[in-house]
Amino acid sequence: MNTQMKTIKNIGYILTFLGFLFFAGSIFTGSYKVTPEAYTNWINSKGIKSEYFIENTQKAIVDKEMSAWALSHEIIDQAKASNEFQKKQTEIDWNKIIHIKWNKTSKEYIFPLVKAAATGWFVDNTALWFFLTFGLAIIGGLMVFIPDYKLLGPAGIKNNGIFQHSATNRGIVGFVAAFFFVSFYVLLYFFPNYIVNPILAVDGISKSLSGNPASQWFLYGFMYCSVMTVFAVRMFIKYRHNKYQLIRTGVVLFFQIAFAFLLPEILVAFNQPWFDFKNAWPLNYSFFFDWNINGLISSGNLGIFMFVWGILLTVIIVPVMVYFYGKRWYCSWVCGCGGLAETLGDPYRQLSDKSLFSWKVERWLIHTVLAFATIMTLLTLYIYFAEIPSWKELFWGISVYDVQTLYGFLIGSIFSGVIGTGFYPILGNRVWCRFGCPLAAYMGLVQRFKSRFRITTNGGQCISCGNCSTYCEQGIDVRSYAQKGQNIVRSSCVGCGVCSAVCPRGVLKLENGPNTDASRTEVSDVTLGNDIDLLEMLKKND
Amino acid sequence: MKNVVIIGNGIAGVTAARHIRKKSDHKITIISGETDYFFSRTALMYIFMGHMKFEHTQPYENWFWKKNRIDLVKAFVTKVDTVSKTVSLDNNTNLNYDDLIIATGSKPNKFGWPGQDLKGVSGMYSKQDLDAITESSKDCHRAVIVGGGLIGIEMAEMLASKNIPVTFLVRETSFWNGVLPEGESDMVNRHIREHHIDLKLQTGLSEIISDENGRAKAIVTDKGETIACNLVGLTAGVSPNIDFLKDSTIELGRGVMVNRKLETSVPNVYAIGDCAQQHEGIGERRPIEAVWYTGKMMGETVARTICGEPSDYTPGHWFNSAKFLDIEYQTYGWVWAQPKENEGRFYWEHKDGKKCVHFNYDKNTRKFIGLNTFGIRLRHNMFDKWLKEERSVEHVLEHLKDANFDPEFYDQHETEILEKFNQENNTNLVSKKKSWKRILQNAINL
Ligand SMILES: Cc1cc2nc3c(=O)[nH]c(=O)nc-3n(C[C@H](O)[C@H](O)[C@H](O)COP(=O)(O)OP(=O)(O)OC[C@H]3O[C@@H](n4cnc5c(N)ncnc54)[C@H](O)[C@@H]3O)c2cc1C
Ligand code: SF4
Repeated sequence: MNTQMKTIKNIGYILTFLGFLFFAGSIFTGSYKVTPEAYTNWINSKGIKSEYFIENTQKAIVDKEMSAWALSHEIIDQAKASNEFQKKQTEIDWNKIIHIKWNKTSKEYIFPLVKAAATGWFVDNTALWFFLTFGLAIIGGLMVFIPDYKLLGPAGIKNNGIFQHSATNRGIVGFVAAFFFVSFYVLLYFFPNYIVNPILAVDGISKSLSGNPASQWFLYGFMYCSVMTVFAVRMFIKYRHNKYQLIRTGVVLFFQIAFAFLLPEILVAFNQPWFDFKNAWPLNYSFFFDWNINGLISSGNLGIFMFVWGILLTVIIVPVMVYFYGKRWYCSWVCGCGGLAETLGDPYRQLSDKSLFSWKVERWLIHTVLAFATIMTLLTLYIYFAEIPSWKELFWGISVYDVQTLYGFLIGSIFSGVIGTGFYPILGNRVWCRFGCPLAAYMGLVQRFKSRFRITTNGGQCISCGNCSTYCEQGIDVRSYAQKGQNIVRSSCVGCGVCSAVCPRGVLKLENGPNTDASRTEVSDVTLGNDIDLLEMLKKND
Repeated sequence: MKNVVIIGNGIAGVTAARHIRKKSDHKITIISGETDYFFSRTALMYIFMGHMKFEHTQPYENWFWKKNRIDLVKAFVTKVDTVSKTVSLDNNTNLNYDDLIIATGSKPNKFGWPGQDLKGVSGMYSKQDLDAITESSKDCHRAVIVGGGLIGIEMAEMLASKNIPVTFLVRETSFWNGVLPEGESDMVNRHIREHHIDLKLQTGLSEIISDENGRAKAIVTDKGETIACNLVGLTAGVSPNIDFLKDSTIELGRGVMVNRKLETSVPNVYAIGDCAQQHEGIGERRPIEAVWYTGKMMGETVARTICGEPSDYTPGHWFNSAKFLDIEYQTYGWVWAQPKENEGRFYWEHKDGKKCVHFNYDKNTRKFIGLNTFGIRLRHNMFDKWLKEERSVEHVLEHLKDANFDPEFYDQHETEILEKFNQENNTNLVSKKKSWKRILQNAINL
């Protein structure tokens, strides 16, 4: 029985690996041919004015079969040559200069053309191509995880070998995985022109949902949902004895698929704005950007409802829910970032840093991001109501557009994506949620000071084993509270419930109760041998 | 300012040190030969199984000791001279003390079995034991565990987690039935077998046979059966680790004899934790209590005494917990394996055979005496309160929902439990709704 299960598992590994191999390998193949119409459309839609560029590029690329790399490089080279040419003119026409920025040009200029120029096998065989990538990876992933139902033995906590395996203990496999995650995010955010083939794998699905061809964001959304689904199956098996985990995983998966993926696409199919009803400001940092407000307000009643809903969500629903249930209702039951962290990220939760030092870093960083998001939003609203265009300089040569761009780049892309998810196998699965997310910071303040939520410590039963702290993805040293019989009230706790699950002595319970300091944090007398107070320690250290 | 020397950096010694530091400016030195820093012995199995690394079992970061001015010396004490007030270390140095705390814990029992010191044979108590087990597990084709207690079952579990076939020799008729009543003990038997561990009840060890390299290659049971194996775990209980005191003037029994203030027969010398022995057990407790939390309590108590508030060790109501493979166990108050004459029992088991509760009460006064719970977590504070208030078993049963400590959304069984009690006792008790007011009253005021 077990040998058969192992065989299935091994075949699963092979299929998954093949799926990924095809997916990643396709980046290096495929041919692209820009048709004259596509070229003209592109020039017009991008508003390119330099005749020098238009003519020379046309000669260089139109009706020629090239790779995505050659095509992209050709365009950049032509743009540079054109800029040099323009600057040599006695009178420089600045409208004809093409601004080249590493983090923008590829995705904004080159990608649409490359996407339109795709030809050949990948375009003609989307269904098969989907099967060879997503199909194999999903089937393989399920074959890897489902046999665990038998292989792991009777239901229970089976963290066996986690710190002895290269993938989950920062070994070589972990670093390779991190390298792939990071590369994927860099390509996705900044160079989607190189992942057109992977995007083509979901073209068919995108068209059937919203009628539009797939963008890199559709690919990302689809991948996100598939990865979460496969890893949710893993969670369902791993925690089949734990209803809290089962329900929580089911719900967070539902919110991701229904609210972050399907509903927005369907809205688009009905000519409504793309809108994720659960994405609250300030995590959704562009909510108050002029294009978003204008887009919503100009979309009729539904758009206005979305706008009002977004404000209500942040101002009323979020804090009220945190008061009653703790921030877990959002972070580990609803949020997409949390959803990925709790599924794909679960095998890495033990890698979060538990030191007092990292707690200090956490508090500085996350509150700085919250301040940054708030200031940016206030500036945005100011210029919106003062009717100042966003590109206009406001102070020190900086425009609100610059601030928004900087935030989008540093926080929106690098922190939340490249570092937050890319480094799962190195830094653990909640780096973004712990150190960066401004919404988490906001909810954390409510949770710390005004909430019914706490993790109750069960009297004197703690044996200081350390399982709870080790498996806390937020790097909370749970044991330091549990061993002195103190309840845990920490702003960063996302209520995943895993400390309670892994505790071998039944010491921890997540619960909502009366919101008094005494009931939340007072040390009970049942255990003697009271311990040092970490909070006091931290104050003294400062 | 006194010069306090503590032998042993386990939970007892470390708790004493921390509390002395909190209360005073005394110079504190902890001597221990096992590891550089305090770690949680209870987590040894999790290191082996790969749930944690050794460093995760250290409750304090390494900077903690220096910051709190607790000096650490890594050495074994070989001799204590209570006249000159010095301890001698195995690195040939001596240390003076004003106050000495002995907190040297336990060592695994070995009953003079032939072959008990062979390679591949080990107890599971220290970090060194774990290292030895890890080493011999690498080429292990079968392991035999001798002795069915809490450490034995942990060792069986951890070896089985590496797919090593395990034979588990238990002398009693059923697992741990000196402590557990029949229902609970039988549940654990079944669960051990569910994990494909070869449980041999009523079977003891007679001898361990060596191969040509001095490593165990088989054992012979007291029934004459030979079992080929190259790893043998000796887990037949522990006893105080006090051999180095044999030549001192300190009064010894099985452990270091202490009074309620944890003072030994020699002034300024104290003993705490696993190695201390009360002249008489406190209440129903044993004279030697080899559990984690009592070490903690003794450490805290002795710190008070040393810092000028002489205090008695008053451990309160008994509680404990353990985990048998996947089944968690907690106990509050006393539930003996065999009921005493005045005791009534009520046992409920869930149909899946992995959850049960067992109540012990006084048949005449109806006073609640204790409870075992398997597979259901219960709130320590509530039971401590009920025991203190000497509540009736009926009161406890009616308010059982207050004590439920399982994670949210778990199936709850209080009503079912109560129905069974009503049936057996012709009563009409009704389960009361969970009340935060009652729960907190207790946590805050006691
Ligand atoms: C595998 C295992 C699991 C356990 N699980 C539980 C549990 O779940 N719940 C529970 O309540 N209890 C449990 N226990 C028991 C619990 O760990 C002990 O009761 C507790 O650790 C005793 O603490 P202590 O401080 O008295 O001694 P120890 O922890 O034994 O510390 C004594 C230290 O002193 C050192 N020492 C000894 N002699 C000398 C010397 N001459 N010179 C210098 N140093 C010396 C030793 O090397 C050791 O480091 C478990 C024990 C083991 C081994
Ligand atoms: S709370 Fe539980 S998991 Fe955490 S240290 Fe204590 S016994 Fe171990």
